[in-house]
Amino acid sequence: MSAYVTKSPWVVHYDGSSCNGCDIEVLACLMPTYDVERFGIINCGNPKHADVFLVTGSVNEQNKDIVKQIYDQMPEPKVVVAVGICACSGGIFKDCYNVLGGVDQVIPVDAYVPGCAARPEAIIDAVVKGLGVLQAKKDAMAKGGLPAPAAE
Amino acid sequence: MAKRTIIPFGPQHPVLPEPIHLDLVVEDETVVEAIPSIGYIHRGLEKLCEIKDYDKMVYVMERVCGICSFGHGWGASAAIEGAMGLEIPERAQYLRTILHELSRVHSHLLWLGLLADAFGFESLFNHCWRVRETVLDLFEKNTGGRVIFSICKVGGMRKDISNENLQEIVTVLNGIKGEIKELTDVFISDASVKNRTVGVGLLTKEDAIATSACGPVARGSGLYQDLRMTDGFGVYGELGFEPCVEEAGDSYARTIVRIRELFQSIELIEKAVAKIPDGPVAVKAPGNVEGEAVVRLEQPRGEAYYYAKGAGTKFLQRMRLRTPTNQNIPALVKMLAGCDLADVPILVLTIDPCISCTER
Repeated sequence: MSAYVTKSPWVVHYDGSSCNGCDIEVLACLMPTYDVERFGIINCGNPKHADVFLVTGSVNEQNKDIVKQIYDQMPEPKVVVAVGICACSGGIFKDCYNVLGGVDQVIPVDAYVPGCAARPEAIIDAVVKGLGVLQAKKDAMAKGGLPAPAAE
Repeated sequence: MAKRTIIPFGPQHPVLPEPIHLDLVVEDETVVEAIPSIGYIHRGLEKLCEIKDYDKMVYVMERVCGICSFGHGWGASAAIEGAMGLEIPERAQYLRTILHELSRVHSHLLWLGLLADAFGFESLFNHCWRVRETVLDLFEKNTGGRVIFSICKVGGMRKDISNENLQEIVTVLNGIKGEIKELTDVFISDASVKNRTVGVGLLTKEDAIATSACGPVARGSGLYQDLRMTDGFGVYGELGFEPCVEEAGDSYARTIVRIRELFQSIELIEKAVAKIPDGPVAVKAPGNVEGEAVVRLEQPRGEAYYYAKGAGTKFLQRMRLRTPTNQNIPALVKMLAGCDLADVPILVLTIDPCISCTER
């Protein structure tokens, strides 16, 4: 990443089927203690405004279309961060009958945050790593390379 | 007659940290009926408990919900202890009570913040969560985790908390009392906040009984009901407990109930720390579970119910869990009928929804 952040990345957050632990840690990142807003990171509710998609929890039959829809609505270039071990692989719930597995079963994921619950520092680190990916995707687009279509 | 329209609300919505879907039937700006549908985060934990060892099951149960995780761990452990007929040491009971009340402090602060966010008071939201971080630091220091601790186990506690550390918890909580008071005074007396809560989302006492509401929702409607008083789990009997009840039944009353509970929890922790006896914190649990038991617990959101049944193996035959939000959704549907469309986010929040709990 360059020495300064050239973009204010806005995030949209969706709770796949997490236990809430990671969700409140995502919100805690935005609060005065960790305060990611000083880097211009804002949690917006609208996927069409967002650059970074934070997904917590695994996917299941009921919500996989919603995760996909939110992803599709986000403008290119975009980055997906899987927050927490459930979003990475299903975690403690991977043996549950209603859990399909990590978020990467449905949409391409750029950064994985392990942990149960993921710590705010780790989430911030992943978003900052995601910024590098975002920049690379942006450069590729500027060269005329169209973004790869989302995996079906 | 005004034309009827259906507006879908959720599952992805800025005010909801968790997915729930409501079909709002509106006439102009007034909600006539709300039809909830859930199932977006169902995982099937009750089934998972049947294929895990009972001692690993507490980890699973704690992850029913990341906000009231300690309470779920306690409820599940207590149900299995009940089935085994285990008596757990008194110090462990005290420690569980202290951590449970500390969870309530963090949960109610979190909720106050989310409510402030729902009516657009961003700085109040931030300040509530800033104070909450102090409580999370206490958790981290004493249990190792910020939101999920895994310190409860079948037979007692996984580790002891020293008396010095317990004393520190009291000192820190008393230190932030002033800040909490400053924040809660805004909810109690600020005119612009009261505009959004007073008289909004009325739930009468009769409706609260008819919809089987529980927790702060029921207490905000004048129901004198709190399991900490009635069921005698933990050491609440020895601490002297009186539920916080408000009569009005609107969003304001529910807010006041939670604010009073915040201070009450701090008081309870102080009393428990003063009284805690020395001694062991765990007893050895037998390898297999035999028998069945029911435990009811007062979570920050209301009454939770746990049922465990074992048939002489290390696996449980059945684990059943009913959570407070599940009980409060009918009350929410009742509140939503007749409200303004713009008040929907606040009303959804006043039941303090925890969808992860509801769907498990």
